Amino acid sequence: MLKFVSLLLALSFCQGLQHNNIDDYVEAEPVFEASKYGSLWPLPQKVQISEVSFKLTSSTAVFISCFYIYLFKSLHIIYICDPSDLSELQVWITSPDSECDGYPSVTSDESYELTVNQPVAVLKAPKVWGALHGRIYSIYFLSIINDFPRFQHRGILLDSSRHFLPIKVILANLETMAMNKFNVFHWHIVDDQSFPYLSRTFPQLSEQGAYHPYTHVYTPADVKMVIEFARLRGIRVIPEFDTPGHTQSWGKGQKDLLTPCYSGSKPSGSFGPVNPILNTTYDFMAQFFTEISTVFPDGYVHLGGDEVDFTCWKSNPDIQKFMEQQHFGDDYRKLESFYIQKLLDIVTSTKKGYLIWQEVFDNGVKLKPDTVVHVWIGGGSDKEMSSVTAAGYTTILSAPWYLDYISYGQDWQKYYKVEPLNFEGTDEQKKLVIGGEACLWGEYVDATNLTPRLWPRASAVAERLWSAKDVTDIGDAFNRLSLHRCRMVERGIPAEPLFSSYCPHEYKGV
Amino acid sequence: SCHDGLPIGLQHNNIDDYVEAEPVFEASKYGSLWPLPQKVQISEVSFKLTSSSFRIVDAKASSAGPSCSLLQSAYRRYYEYMFGSAKKQWWSKNNRRSDPSDLSELQVWITSPDSECDGYPSVTSDESCEYLPFLVHVMFYGLETFSQLVFEDEYGAKSINAAIINDFPRFQHRGILLDSSRHFLPIKVILANLETMAMNKFNVFHWHIVDDQSFPYLSRTFPQLSEQGAYHPYTHVYTPADVKMVIEFARLRGIRVIPEFDTPGHTQSWGKGQKDLLTPCYSGSKPSGSFGPVNPILNTTYDFMAQFFTEISTVFPDGYVHLGGDEVDFTCWKSNPDIQKFMEQQHFGDDYRKLESFYIQKLLDIVTSTKKGYLIWQEVFDNGVKLKPDTVVHVWIGGGSDKEMSSVTAAGYTTILSAPWYLDYISYGQDWQKYYKVEPLNFEGTDEQKKLVIGGEACLWGEYVDATNLTPRLWPRASAVAERLWSAKDVTDIGDAFNRLSLHRCRMVERGIPAEPLFSSYCPHEYKGV
Repeated sequence: MLKFVSLLLALSFCQGLQHNNIDDYVEAEPVFEASKYGSLWPLPQKVQISEVSFKLTSSTAVFISCFYIYLFKSLHIIYICDPSDLSELQVWITSPDSECDGYPSVTSDESYELTVNQPVAVLKAPKVWGALHGRIYSIYFLSIINDFPRFQHRGILLDSSRHFLPIKVILANLETMAMNKFNVFHWHIVDDQSFPYLSRTFPQLSEQGAYHPYTHVYTPADVKMVIEFARLRGIRVIPEFDTPGHTQSWGKGQKDLLTPCYSGSKPSGSFGPVNPILNTTYDFMAQFFTEISTVFPDGYVHLGGDEVDFTCWKSNPDIQKFMEQQHFGDDYRKLESFYIQKLLDIVTSTKKGYLIWQEVFDNGVKLKPDTVVHVWIGGGSDKEMSSVTAAGYTTILSAPWYLDYISYGQDWQKYYKVEPLNFEGTDEQKKLVIGGEACLWGEYVDATNLTPRLWPRASAVAERLWSAKDVTDIGDAFNRLSLHRCRMVERGIPAEPLFSSYCPHEYKGV
Repeated sequence: SCHDGLPIGLQHNNIDDYVEAEPVFEASKYGSLWPLPQKVQISEVSFKLTSSSFRIVDAKASSAGPSCSLLQSAYRRYYEYMFGSAKKQWWSKNNRRSDPSDLSELQVWITSPDSECDGYPSVTSDESCEYLPFLVHVMFYGLETFSQLVFEDEYGAKSINAAIINDFPRFQHRGILLDSSRHFLPIKVILANLETMAMNKFNVFHWHIVDDQSFPYLSRTFPQLSEQGAYHPYTHVYTPADVKMVIEFARLRGIRVIPEFDTPGHTQSWGKGQKDLLTPCYSGSKPSGSFGPVNPILNTTYDFMAQFFTEISTVFPDGYVHLGGDEVDFTCWKSNPDIQKFMEQQHFGDDYRKLESFYIQKLLDIVTSTKKGYLIWQEVFDNGVKLKPDTVVHVWIGGGSDKEMSSVTAAGYTTILSAPWYLDYISYGQDWQKYYKVEPLNFEGTDEQKKLVIGGEACLWGEYVDATNLTPRLWPRASAVAERLWSAKDVTDIGDAFNRLSLHRCRMVERGIPAEPLFSSYCPHEYKGV
């Protein structure tokens, strides 16, 4: 009767690495066996699955007006021979306001309840966002699932500056994020290397600063498409416009925005961070962030603020004079804070909240109470989480989840074993941790290798951020994740393998 | 310090202590040539190439004519590489000009009386080539080099600089190992990588086709091997037609296909379909139910091997077969009372390496009788098995590989090197530089010994690699190995290599191969897949 289960068992994972003695990497490799939770990923908060199963036929397909169900794309992997049919999946949005036409936000209710029984399955959710998360799973067993995320902010950072990422790649990864219940796309859209964002107010920024002014830019239509594609999957799009450092590409199209560096008494011809002492800088920022506030509907913008190198500021005589006038002494962090402070005021006036990298907090800049501090520096991140939350700020964690750092073997286990609340602090402090993000910086990543490098490694982060704290069984995770990765492959996503194994339907691309 | 020119800072880099000076891109005087030919003179004079008028033709005196399908299909392939597919070209016909500065023909002139057109490439194939734009002597790689000289101006027009190039490979054996056992590799993936190998002048596809994990080779003589031993008996096997297609696709690109059937270890998957082939392990006085290496004490084992390798010798036309012989675990043999008895009878004492050699010796005799040469992993040599003089010893064990190269060549055997080129081991950053800096002849030995090193292979073992990630993981990292094995010994300028390799990788991307980036950068035509 349950051929499905025997199919899972047939996926035998053999041990033994050939030619492994070059490297001293040794880790006990989990051996695949079927999990009692099948292929559920991330694991729902409460699951009861019975032995009774129902047959689904594609005529059972249910489509719902504002989103799309994947279920039947993957059903041919299921061989269930019970005669009793499941004929309907009823989706029931219980709140008076379904938020169907709105955007997801940091406070969106993503919970849902799924009951599978004959002859109808019921997916009940207060808002559409929860229904989106409930859609994907295996509703082919008699089961009751009550589900909600452990953390509200579950993000992926992609970097379209080091390498331009074609829209197709971004959309494919939004699709995959939805399969993993991620709900924030942190779009690190510009940086030193290139400025692909086509600004309506300042088109010269991408004309001069993109790798190519036509083929390597995101037009307003592109950006709109990304945002809508994300919205239909319950994903927020938070753009990052990182200043005052990481702005080399801005300078190409915007004269006088960056600080001229000096070599002795003469300008050297190169430029440093944004010039914080000119009024034109703030006029520019005000106009620019006004545009951003209308283009991106989310309530938050990421303002960066990391890794500001003071060398160039120090070399510039005008900056030195300004430091004296402001009584900053030799403390260039004060100058940085001066700039950030003015920037935050500008962004606040556009009615947006903001996220900032941890240095802004570390440097003692005055922040609005709803600021989100993004902790990224590895080594000491626990301590940082303590200080940030002790100061009363909400925070998200990325330090242990820099997925651009690759190594041989199953590094997903390392990401999986992270416990975000494992720092010293009161219960109140812990509540200020609203989630985390897996970051895939772009130095070594572009359209050729992004997707298999991100998945299923980011899926480990997905479960850590969604499922209950005590979901830590690495063996069970391996069993479910193996099937989850094959499901992604079957849906056309080149998610790389965890270890020697096969999928019933291998990847069809190259 | 402030940034000059191309920004070179890494954001958020302090998590890792990886620090390497990042090369900054600038144009190489050798353009995008990869691997660098042996002798290159490129002049400033350039010619236009127009897709509507440019032709690749056989030179009048060439010994290979239009009937040589190998060359004809190569002409079409390289025409499409240079100009894109015909569909993109319709408009340019209307703009047909006969500018006097146009280069109108590439003549391909095969100078030997026997062009080897219908043959298979072999270890002794003469791969030297030499050409200049109007008169061409080319064996095979010249077409790739010619296409690499073509560049696109800012309006998309194609040009080529006048050049004289004399080229030949430094090493004869330039291989890629792919592993279709840990993960099944769909034919499409294998073909795409053969295509990319040709772009990098690799000439050996070492097909590690079966191993412990699965047996995807569909044997006509023993079909139960894949029926029972493949991950799936229909969807995860290589049929005779598949294998034939791989071999022909490779031949058309000057690539030899050397299959590896590794025994006596690494054979768990063989045991599923072939009863009594593997040694039953014992737990105390009873069989434990698990199995070890091939059982070396039964006559049936050698009957099976004789039949099996007879089939292999007809299916794979190359003169060599790789017989493996690595990593034999003696635990199971030691546990088995019949093996113990046999050891006594043969006076092997407690030295199970003697038993291993006993098996290998008989296997080599079997394979010799099928008229094939063989490659073996270094352990077989280390264990003192008697080898034919034309045996190729494959050095793979990292740490001490220089010493191993010394001993193998001192004993008079030819050898290929893989130890520094295990590309399945990944790390953050530009690890291609590490592969590039290897000098294969950097071991103690006489000139005679050095001559016995016929090449090397980049190995991409399959534990963590399948159709989803194989191609970008292999390329352009393997391209570094390609240049080391093709170009002259003194081609070691890492900065110039970076500049050419950056363009070479964009060329692969433009040809539809998802070769991953070296560092922050862009390609004029980014990868179109996902």
